[in-house]
Amino acid sequence: MNPFSSGTRLRDMIRSIRACKTAAEERAVVRKECAAIRAAINENDQDYRHRNLAKLMFIHMLGYPTHFGQMECLKSIASAGFPEKRIGYLGLMLLLDERQEVLMLVTNSLKQDLNHTNQYIVGLALCALGNICSAEMARDLAPEVERLLQFRDPNIRKKAALCSIRIIKKVPDLAENFINPAAALLKEKHHGVLITGIQLVTDLCKVSTEALEFFRKPKCLDGLVKTLRDVVNSPYAPEYDIAGITDPFLHIRLLKLLRVLGQGDADASDCMNDILAQVATKTESNKNAGNAILYECVETIMSIEDNGGLRVLAINILGRFLSNRDNNIRYVALNMLMKAITVDAQAVQRHRATILECVKDLDASIRKRALELVYLLVNESNVKPLTKELIDYLEISDQEFKGDLTAKICSMVEKFSPDKIWYIDQMLKVLSEAGNFVKDEVWHALIVVISNASDLHGYTVRALYRAVQTSIEQESLVRVAIWCIGEYGDMLVNNGGVLNIEDPITVTESDAVDVVEIAIKHHSSDITTKAMAMVALLKLSSRFPSCSERIRDIIVQNKGSLVLELQQRSIEFNSIVEKHQNIRSTLVERMPVLDEATFSGRRAGSLPATVSTSSGTSLNLPNGVAKPAAAPLVDLLDLSSDDAPVPSSSGNDFLQDLLGVDVSPASVQPGTSQAPKAGTDVLLDLLSIGSPPVQNNSTPSDILSSSQDNKSSVAKLDGLSPTPSGGAASMIDLLDGFVPNSPKPEDNGPAYPSIVAFESSSLRLTFNFSKPPGNPQTTLIQATFTNLSPNVYTDFVFQAAVPKFLQLHLDPASGNTLPASGNGSITQTLRVTNSQHGKKPLVMRTRIAYKLNNRDVLEEGQINNFPRDL
Amino acid sequence: MGIRFILMVNKQGQTRLAQYYEWLTLEERRALEGEIVRKCLARTEQQCSFVEHRNYKIVYRRYASLFFLVGVDNDENELAILEFIHLLVETMDRHFGNVCELDIMFHLEKAHFMLEEMVMNGCIVETSKSNILSPIQLMEKMS
Repeated sequence: MNPFSSGTRLRDMIRSIRACKTAAEERAVVRKECAAIRAAINENDQDYRHRNLAKLMFIHMLGYPTHFGQMECLKSIASAGFPEKRIGYLGLMLLLDERQEVLMLVTNSLKQDLNHTNQYIVGLALCALGNICSAEMARDLAPEVERLLQFRDPNIRKKAALCSIRIIKKVPDLAENFINPAAALLKEKHHGVLITGIQLVTDLCKVSTEALEFFRKPKCLDGLVKTLRDVVNSPYAPEYDIAGITDPFLHIRLLKLLRVLGQGDADASDCMNDILAQVATKTESNKNAGNAILYECVETIMSIEDNGGLRVLAINILGRFLSNRDNNIRYVALNMLMKAITVDAQAVQRHRATILECVKDLDASIRKRALELVYLLVNESNVKPLTKELIDYLEISDQEFKGDLTAKICSMVEKFSPDKIWYIDQMLKVLSEAGNFVKDEVWHALIVVISNASDLHGYTVRALYRAVQTSIEQESLVRVAIWCIGEYGDMLVNNGGVLNIEDPITVTESDAVDVVEIAIKHHSSDITTKAMAMVALLKLSSRFPSCSERIRDIIVQNKGSLVLELQQRSIEFNSIVEKHQNIRSTLVERMPVLDEATFSGRRAGSLPATVSTSSGTSLNLPNGVAKPAAAPLVDLLDLSSDDAPVPSSSGNDFLQDLLGVDVSPASVQPGTSQAPKAGTDVLLDLLSIGSPPVQNNSTPSDILSSSQDNKSSVAKLDGLSPTPSGGAASMIDLLDGFVPNSPKPEDNGPAYPSIVAFESSSLRLTFNFSKPPGNPQTTLIQATFTNLSPNVYTDFVFQAAVPKFLQLHLDPASGNTLPASGNGSITQTLRVTNSQHGKKPLVMRTRIAYKLNNRDVLEEGQINNFPRDL
Repeated sequence: MGIRFILMVNKQGQTRLAQYYEWLTLEERRALEGEIVRKCLARTEQQCSFVEHRNYKIVYRRYASLFFLVGVDNDENELAILEFIHLLVETMDRHFGNVCELDIMFHLEKAHFMLEEMVMNGCIVETSKSNILSPIQLMEKMS
């Protein structure tokens, strides 16, 4: 005999496993036992098969692999004795699953056992089949199960009923065979048969419309209603009694079935109204069992076709549940109210105050439910009080709940805010309280809103300044604050745009810089925050000349930063501050208003979608390069705010917009001018605000391309005017990493020659043309203004007028300051639609106004030299 | 089907009885058991007996040092499951006489047989204690 196979008794094995102090010890014991069992299996040891299977089940429960015992189960099932079969079937259900091929081998044994003369063996086989049967087995054995539904012993009938559920779920085609036998089960008195029969009918109705129609007929439905009435009114039955109620499980299954039958069928719903009313009013609600029935009854009332009276009853029950002291009851009430809200939102609103209290419950499960419910209850009229309550609670809520809570608050504030100032106020509160839980897109959205609310810029930046004093550790608050201080720092200091609701504050330029400096130095600030702070500093250096020196010092401190992104920004910005005073003010001008529609569209599509749209647009655009490249930029920087296709030279446009650097061939010599080079890097930086650090990968290559390989990249920039595609391509270089496969510049040389639309001794205006695809009537004109005088022009405004057959749309200009001596330019996009396309050429009157040394200058002209076929 | 699994766990978080009505791999089971046991055992007496976990709802009830955890579909009646757990415990009590952890450990098959009589494929088969126990008692008499 094998030294192992004598083995230990089951009891001893369990004892030794229980005695194990560590997981390692347990593993050792289990390994030893498994080895012994395997040895016994190899020897085909029949005496200990029973014991070995029992051990395997225990080992399996502990979570160790037991596949080697599967065949033993089959052998055990195939043996003649009842005890062997019993343990074999148990092992089959525990150790095997329907996906294993071994299971196919058992079909035959099952078939034999289903036809066995011993009803207990039939019961075993039914139970196993009901738990593990596969689709093939279902087909093979369905006739046997069908027959057993009429077996004389109710214990077999009930098991056959549940077995049938498994069969019709695996093979819905078989459902019709079971309709009649199932209907017969509903007439039984035995509770076990009744409850299983009801479950079978419920599942039949779910898989087969034929069955649903059948059981909806008054003949069946009335029977069910009567059964429920009998159960409700039945006298005390000790075997089934729970807390004075006879078989609550049967109640609940019946109510569930009635729900399935009544849903979407007014007649059927009508039939059950009375009994539902009886259950809802008569059931004792002081014990769990009674409440379980009431709960089910409410759900059925809510699901079946409308009956006003019953619904009132149901909502009242939920109201009672909601004020119950038992947490379980309150939980199910909240659960049910979520479903009720689609049926009767008004009734649920009445319980708002109580639900709001549940958000503050000590129990996480209840809080979660209640918060979801509150979120569903929010509408325009109650958003203010609800938000206030939730924000107040945010202060004292658990850390782990703050994430959910902030997400919901932000979402409801965004969806229902009546005005911008309220939105901004609430968001600032959330950011100050739980800024670290706020998702990126939420604060991005806030910035977009702030940018659009030009009358609130001053108010917002001051509020943020105040908030950040106390909540410096809330990262996203800090980010929004430094962005706003960078943009609107001047309004902070000179109290621009004060609203009468504000308390006045005095902030010096140096105070404002303090905030940014703290942010950049704070230990918890991450790279995005620091990078944003860096940009804010650059902006402030121009807005606050008095702090320029100090800002330079702060920027310089990051020159040695180990983070490439910061180091690079530091070096570049320093060079701008030190060497390029003349372009700085233009470079750091206030951001143009960010387009909300574009942003929300982006947000809906999130990042992957953005990539796909961008590749999509590139197909439509004749030169769809610049736009796709720009698309995945952080939304904040979306400059091409209209959805119209961007003309070929928009790459060029971008550079000029942001940098105000003239990149026309006349003024830039490859390799000699520093400005465009620094400029390109700056562009890169500006564009990468808020981008995840991953994108740093692309940065080194960009640096390379603009320093080592500067000849070619500058050459590309050079070539902007003659071949706009080149400009676009270099944009792609700069934004490398945003677009997975940089779309190749298509054949997109301008179809129409550029013209000099206007030229005087002091000013030159050139037009570049492009056509959006599929719309020959429309022409996009890129107007570029160049200052030919040695003086800076400020308050630059361009106006144009066209005859009636034309429609003209002017996009915002890139700026209103035009640097001297062709050292920069302003661009503006015009969209002209020619209703007489092909018949009449374009014509336009222009009027250009600006200030030269504070003196108003006006230049007017008419443009007649448009290419003919526009 | 309503019930997805039934677990019995002691205070230390060790599984003492596990019956699944849907197939999970061994690794998934271990992970799932670990997660829900940690979640449920950390809750206090005052908190409600329902925990949402992944796509399950766990209904649990504590009896002395034993936790009974039942994983159900989201649309199952939680209160009824609570009542069902009590029925299971009462049934075991009637058979073992004040059931304890060791009874279940050393009579794992019997516990499974009882469960088999009560639940099949995630549905309730029988709610009468004597009907549940009669085949088991018959078997004991025979052997």
